[in-house]
Amino acid sequence: MRVVLAEDLFLLRDGLVRMLEAFDFEVVAAVETGPELTKALAELKPDVAVVDVRLPPSHTDEGLQCALTARRNRPGLPVLVLSQHVEQLYARELLADGNGGIGYLLKDRVFDADQFIDAVRRVAAGGTAMDPQVISQLLSRRAADKPMGGLTRREREVMELMAQGRSNVAIASQMVITERAVAKHTSNIFTKLGLPPSDDDNRRVLAVLAYLDHG
Amino acid sequence: MMRPARNRVRAAVRSGGRAFALSFASIVGSTVLFVLSLLSLVFILLGVGLVTTPWLMGLVRRHADRRRALASAWSDVSIPVPYRPFPKDVRSGFTGQVERTTLLLKDPATWRDLRWLLIDMTAGYVVLVLAFGLLLFPLEGLVLAAGLWRVFADDPYWYGFVPVDSQMTALAAALLGIVIFHVGVWASGPLLRLHFVLARSALAPTPDELKRRIDRLTETRHEAVDTAASELRRIERDLHDGAQARLVAMGMNLSTIEALIEKDPAQAKKMLAMARTSSAEALTELRDLVRGIHPPVLAERGLGDAVRALALRLPVTSEVTVELPGRAEAPVESAAYFAVSETLANAVKHADADRLWVDMHHAEGMLRISVTDNGKGGAVVGSGSGLSGIERRLGTFDGVLAVSSPAGGPTMVTMEIPCALS
Repeated sequence: MRVVLAEDLFLLRDGLVRMLEAFDFEVVAAVETGPELTKALAELKPDVAVVDVRLPPSHTDEGLQCALTARRNRPGLPVLVLSQHVEQLYARELLADGNGGIGYLLKDRVFDADQFIDAVRRVAAGGTAMDPQVISQLLSRRAADKPMGGLTRREREVMELMAQGRSNVAIASQMVITERAVAKHTSNIFTKLGLPPSDDDNRRVLAVLAYLDHG
Repeated sequence: MMRPARNRVRAAVRSGGRAFALSFASIVGSTVLFVLSLLSLVFILLGVGLVTTPWLMGLVRRHADRRRALASAWSDVSIPVPYRPFPKDVRSGFTGQVERTTLLLKDPATWRDLRWLLIDMTAGYVVLVLAFGLLLFPLEGLVLAAGLWRVFADDPYWYGFVPVDSQMTALAAALLGIVIFHVGVWASGPLLRLHFVLARSALAPTPDELKRRIDRLTETRHEAVDTAASELRRIERDLHDGAQARLVAMGMNLSTIEALIEKDPAQAKKMLAMARTSSAEALTELRDLVRGIHPPVLAERGLGDAVRALALRLPVTSEVTVELPGRAEAPVESAAYFAVSETLANAVKHADADRLWVDMHHAEGMLRISVTDNGKGGAVVGSGSGLSGIERRLGTFDGVLAVSSPAGGPTMVTMEIPCALS
């Protein structure tokens, strides 16, 4: 799988290249500025891009803007955005086109190589990988707002993982329950929240996120 | 040879004409406005004044602004406009009227306006009458000499100090008129200017106010320095007790792991997991600290999006409206952001609000921010409340804070910071 990586700090860039290569990814470009990223995305047509939000030369949200522009030119281009901080504002902008193939994670998540690589693969396959912090912010907001359709504690946990973009298999192994149990929980969640049922992982995530955000 | 003289006369006649026109504004306009203003101020006690005062003061300001414009156009006298701007979002209805009247009465410019009206209808008027009178009066002398003297043949008519009762005395009057006319040609321009200078002396801020301004700057500078120092102390303490301590612990753990790795691999693995948790915690602490120093979204996107992101983090529903066509300077953005952040935190913590509205816009060189909640109200500035802290910090930027929070709510906090957008 071909990856374009954009990260301005040498140590982190180098570490990410090593990690991705250790997991059999082919890093076709590892760039450090916004313009270089735009060029690499246009010319190399990678399977997935891993992008730091803040990039030189402006040191603003240049990476995010480059990724959004590239996705406008090539809808569904898988992009995993990394940042030192996560903001719902940015998450919304990334999810806005509804095309999937989007990840938004704290940089800390690279500490856990397996989970991080899983997220990259998920995004590359057109799925979603949302940082648990974004989801828990959304959930706490909802909790203060009004109770969530009478979900049980178990169902809430399932929903939290589902909103992050995990598949039923991954949720089952994380919660140490069977896949059948997860499937039952998810269908309960969809019924209780009045969301259209769907087997497509990505559509599922978007529905839940939209519900949490606005519903 | 004749040309300069003719031009001089023409200029003098023009000044005289202007003075003549202005004298009506001065004797009629200023007198009426002055009397009505006094009545309106008295009637505040009866309540009626609350409605009339803002309206009348608006008229007075227009009247004064007109004079300012003429002063600069006719005599090149520039009179500063020192009115404090009205917040855009003064509420409508009776409370709005009270608010507006209070703001007006607190503005020293209002009192200067009234003083100017008094001066304008007396001394200002006299100066104007002189400016055109010196040009008109000589005409009477000429008319007397031309034959009008016959009417006064029996009972002398005093033209200046000349008793007119014959052709000779009438000619003397005409001569005097010509002399006065010369004086008038020379003096009408300067007299008109004198009128505007009088207006300036009444309307412009006095050295007293400058002194007060210096006192205020000194005070806010002290506060700014104090705040900055205590912020640095807080950051030092947080780093010292937080991230720094965790890194020390992590280093220690790592060296223990190094020793254990062969003897007891299972224990080493457990400690590695601990080290990882501890590094994640250090990162979280650093992230929170950074947010407290300068929020990343503020650096990346500016004030509007930073406040939007902030509102999204709140546990209550909020609406954020932003109309900022550019970015303010970094220190102003930062001060405004933290002011909004603290106001929102106050609203959530103390007001029991479940809805919040933030409105930010820039107009007439002012960044205006209002934060409204539907909570229980009763918020006050002072007595060590969070709001007075915000007020102090805004003070460094000449910003002001106003709170309207009747018991039972809603609470509206308005902030204004003078700044330019780029």
